[in-house]
Amino acid sequence: MNLTLDPNIEDADGFYEELLEAHRELSKADSDAFNARLILVLCNHIGDRKIIRAALDAAKALNG
Amino acid sequence: MLNPRYEVAFKLYPYERVADQEGAPVRHPVVIVGGGPVGMALALDLGKRGTPVLVLDDHEGVGQGSRAICFAKRTLEIADRLGFGTALRDKGIVWNVGKVFHGESQIFEFNLQPETGHRNPAFINLQQPYFERLLVEEIRRAQADGAPIEIRGGNRLTGLVDKGEYVVAEVETPDGDYALEADWLVACDGARSPVRESLNLGFEGRVFEDNFLIADVRMKAQFPTERWFWFEPPFKDAGQSALLHKQPDDVWRLDFQLGWDIDRAVELEPSRVRARVGAMLGADVEYELFWTSIYTFQCRRMETFRHGNVFFAGDAAHQVSPFGARGANSGIQDAENLAWKLDLVARGVASDGLLDSYSAERVAAAEENILNSTRATDFLTPKSDISRIFRNAVLDLAGACAFARPLVNSGRLSLPTVYDGLPLNGPDELDGPQCSRVGAPCVDLQLGNGFLLDQLSGDFTLMTIDAQALESLSEAGVNVSRLALSATDDPSGALRERYLGQAKSAVYLIRPDQHIVARWPAFDEAVVRAAIGMALGKA
Ligand SMILES: Cc1cc2nc3c(=O)[nH]c(=O)nc-3n(C[C@H](O)[C@H](O)[C@H](O)COP(=O)(O)OP(=O)(O)OC[C@H]3O[C@@H](n4cnc5c(N)ncnc54)[C@H](O)[C@@H]3O)c2cc1C
Repeated sequence: MNLTLDPNIEDADGFYEELLEAHRELSKADSDAFNARLILVLCNHIGDRKIIRAALDAAKALNG
Repeated sequence: MLNPRYEVAFKLYPYERVADQEGAPVRHPVVIVGGGPVGMALALDLGKRGTPVLVLDDHEGVGQGSRAICFAKRTLEIADRLGFGTALRDKGIVWNVGKVFHGESQIFEFNLQPETGHRNPAFINLQQPYFERLLVEEIRRAQADGAPIEIRGGNRLTGLVDKGEYVVAEVETPDGDYALEADWLVACDGARSPVRESLNLGFEGRVFEDNFLIADVRMKAQFPTERWFWFEPPFKDAGQSALLHKQPDDVWRLDFQLGWDIDRAVELEPSRVRARVGAMLGADVEYELFWTSIYTFQCRRMETFRHGNVFFAGDAAHQVSPFGARGANSGIQDAENLAWKLDLVARGVASDGLLDSYSAERVAAAEENILNSTRATDFLTPKSDISRIFRNAVLDLAGACAFARPLVNSGRLSLPTVYDGLPLNGPDELDGPQCSRVGAPCVDLQLGNGFLLDQLSGDFTLMTIDAQALESLSEAGVNVSRLALSATDDPSGALRERYLGQAKSAVYLIRPDQHIVARWPAFDEAVVRAAIGMALGKA
């Protein structure tokens, strides 16, 4: 399996709304904590270190 | 006059004037500077092998104070080979269960109890001064049996000159200075290593900006014999993390992570220490403050552990944070790695090149220990906002989600290093288990009324499992004795599981330090001889 960078989420707008909704009432600190938990949960779900590394690289590529 | 640098807990080797202090410098084959756990373990190992060894220590016994308490399984196995394992187990406290808390709530519990059939537990807790005393007592027994070990207390190394073929050491004593010479000198003189300083060698690494308050208290408490560790402890002023751990004699180790910007003198005031301890233990618990100190931690090492005929071992060569109990435990493994090599070279059996492998193998071990220790310290002391956010996310998840528990790091407890891919290794031609691959230390198991490790000779061993072989063979001056086993010897199946895997038979070549040199499905004399040569550094 390779990291997918092509569209893979059904109902993109609905997903995006759900993501923001999860943060809606949160302070900055709580949002940061939430994001961290979410990243950990997702990474564990992926499990495969190769894919996680590819995801880190994909995100890093856009570092300013 | 020799000013003591610390208080002595047990006076074990009082200064005595010796003939060496008069006249021209006397040459010794092996001189060890520093009689801490590492220097003494090395002296005992060399002496039992018959190589004369002189230990210089600038005190007259073992230091007071609280340093190591957790001694790992591999250390106990080495102590068994050296003869003082039983004494350690008798005095120490066996523990297996650890609990991790975040604030008030327990987030998980772990059990270190390894598979069955090992003589030793994962750990015992024992105050370092006791460990050192039991080690010196074993040296005294070995001396009585003729082991050529000499300990000179009250002898401080003050300078060192490397003459190429040998070194000259300047020594200060209560009766004045003298010089002595050594073919090989091993610096086991601790993190500040005067030997390293004399030779102007570097010691690079990271300092962690954090202070830890240690309070060892004596009390009759009902707490179980477990390691309790708190992140963000719920007791007043306990700092960012806290630890409670039992030691012998009703002494408990309490440890509080206080942060970087503190006034050490203030934090050490007994009333302040008592307020913290009281908040943790509960107001009604009676206890006696036995020892308090504040430590900061670093992770650093020398680039190589050999410089000509001078070797570095233990804290002199590498320093780690205590989270994971890797300091003394890895130092003892340095000692056992060097002992058999130095013995063979000093006796002229092996060539000098064998000694290079000491540095290669133990640098690899130090790297592994520093890596583990740095990771633990980074978890305990997050270095940035985002690392704290992730750390706390892990802790928040760990209670409810099993997946987050392995990410919680309050120290990964010390395991022996496998010398994967290093020059002394021979072929790994058995389709056998990972745990007994080439480079690994032999895994113990019960055999009849005894244990496998007790049957390894302390020299090279050829262990065969359901395989034919020569009863003994001699190659390049070393004698290899055979240990012939059969899978049917062990009804528990552990021998099969740990040494055969899917294979029907196996032949293991094992070094004097119980690390595996090579393994095959069957015996081939020429191939075994070649592997012995490799293990002696002749490749
Ligand atoms: C708070 C704390 C907790 C720890 N917990 C653990 C643990 O649980 N498990 C573990 O494995 N490790 C632990 N450690 C680490 C452990 O204490 C050290 O790694 C260990 O003491 C190193 O042994 P050593 O023999 O290399 O050096 P040292 O113990 O430092 O011994 C050096 C010796 O050399 C002598 N010496 C120094 N200079 C000279 C000189 N010029 N001439 C002659 N002699 C000299 C000293 O007097 C001393 O006797 C802990 C450390 C600390 C601080």
